[in-house]
Amino acid sequence: MNSVVCIAQVPDTETRIKIGGDGRRIDEAGVKYIVSPYDEYALEEAIRLKEKEGGDVTVLGFGPDRVQQALRESLARGATKAVHVKGESGDADSLGIAKVLAAALRTIPHDLVFFGKQGVGTDNSLVGPMVAELLGYPQINVVTHMETAAGKVTAHREIEGAEEVIEATTPAVITAQKGLNEPRYASLKGIMAAKKVTIDTKSIADLGLADSDVVNQRVTVVSLELPPEKSGGRKIDGGDPAAAAKEIVRYMKEEAKAL
Amino acid sequence: MPGVLVFCEVQDGKLKKASREALSIGRKLAEAAGGDLTAFASDESAADDAGRYGAKKLFVTGAGGYNPEMYTAAMQAAIAQTSPSIVLFGGTSNGRDLAPRLAARLDAGVASDVDRLEWAGSKLKARRPVYSGKAFATVEVSSVPAIATTRMNAFPAEESGGGAAEVVEVSAPAESKAKVVETKVTQSGELSIVEADIIVAGGRGLKEGANFSLIRDLAHAIGGAVGASRATVDAGWIDHQHQVGQTGRVVSPNLYIAAGVSGAIQHLAGMSSSKHIVAINKDPEAPIFRVADLGVVGDLFTILPALTEEVKRAKAH
Repeated sequence: MNSVVCIAQVPDTETRIKIGGDGRRIDEAGVKYIVSPYDEYALEEAIRLKEKEGGDVTVLGFGPDRVQQALRESLARGATKAVHVKGESGDADSLGIAKVLAAALRTIPHDLVFFGKQGVGTDNSLVGPMVAELLGYPQINVVTHMETAAGKVTAHREIEGAEEVIEATTPAVITAQKGLNEPRYASLKGIMAAKKVTIDTKSIADLGLADSDVVNQRVTVVSLELPPEKSGGRKIDGGDPAAAAKEIVRYMKEEAKAL
Repeated sequence: MPGVLVFCEVQDGKLKKASREALSIGRKLAEAAGGDLTAFASDESAADDAGRYGAKKLFVTGAGGYNPEMYTAAMQAAIAQTSPSIVLFGGTSNGRDLAPRLAARLDAGVASDVDRLEWAGSKLKARRPVYSGKAFATVEVSSVPAIATTRMNAFPAEESGGGAAEVVEVSAPAESKAKVVETKVTQSGELSIVEADIIVAGGRGLKEGANFSLIRDLAHAIGGAVGASRATVDAGWIDHQHQVGQTGRVVSPNLYIAAGVSGAIQHLAGMSSSKHIVAINKDPEAPIFRVADLGVVGDLFTILPALTEEVKRAKAH
């Protein structure tokens, strides 16, 4: 069983977002980048599959040089190979990114392709299903549990108030939800081993794509703004619970019109 | 003929709220872009409802229940008939599953989880939260069609009083590489936080999982959903489906009541666009008070039961 895990590198969730000088992107100065949290569940599941059934876990990332750091971290956790498609991903829309990943996937043997259910940050939740369509694969999104058998995968997909159990043929695209597993930390041995792996680095052109396939095609960010700063409203003392409850109910009725 | 096509879902014989909201903003966009509002659904039971919200035609597939591969083909067939300028999806699990697949099929762009939409000449202009609501991006989708998934509660559902939509069947392939073999109900009768108008959320101040009953009691009395901070989910007190914030869900209900939630930056990002916010916390310096319209400094263990009783009394009147 060979898996490819597509990794997105995103600003740490602790980051206080500042708007960059162009008014369209975040100010990257001082931003610490991490592997997108949902991708960690995807990677962990692929590593567990490898430990059970053998095969390779290849991590695949598209973006600038800093993406190599995310790939090294993933290798340290247990991925066996890494492919970096170097390019300016910042101006690519989701379908542009999906086209790059789909082209790279055609060069890597695999039975399953894993993603996080969304990249934390841009929060689009688009690339996984787009890659599935581009490659003609079935998709199972927002997966909380999965099992594999010869030529097929069975996974639980989270929907409103329920879970669907979906059976799909492989190769297939799986997007991971929190709760799929408990991701491991990298071991010292893993970190040392990861240093010896050569990251296979290629350009968009190496994959037969042009910048125009990827950049500023269908969706363009025209501006980025911070939400209006809230100053906080009224604060009351809750020392008398009954009086506090009365005031909250009054607020709910008269101001929120919620009762 | 241009216009707007809206993907709709039926539940218990009625259009889902997300579909009604998407149809309502779709109707306004169709007026601006020119052309008719049309709808797509699994079956003709949606025809009356779709018409009430302004759809002239309802495309239906004979494919049965939701399946991304079959529905992509059926939506493509509907789009081939009307060539809409815009295709909208309510931001449900299925809407978010299908929109990207269809977009890749059509080489179209998607704006996800949008809370504002307008037709700007030949482009769809959309506003969407990014970094879990820490910032808002305004994007332009220039493909034909331009695709968007709408955020729940962002667009009010407004009927326009039309008659039943004309039903047109579109074909879908009979086979797909994936099929649903079972559906397991995980929270029977519980309202999902993404759909709710009111959310009552609990944080670490509850001290232990069993005390979520205080949150549940209030939520049931009000008719709202139960939300949770990441710390409580990570501690195993409550299921992840309830988590608000980064690595949970971004929500914007009419009323958000937070009890024992200190307000980590990731949580605030996920809920601060709620229209009305009440916070109950014993620490007067808790960051949650910065976004609260009404802050109550006090002990949630005495205030929540009193509030639940007060709500029941108010509802009895």
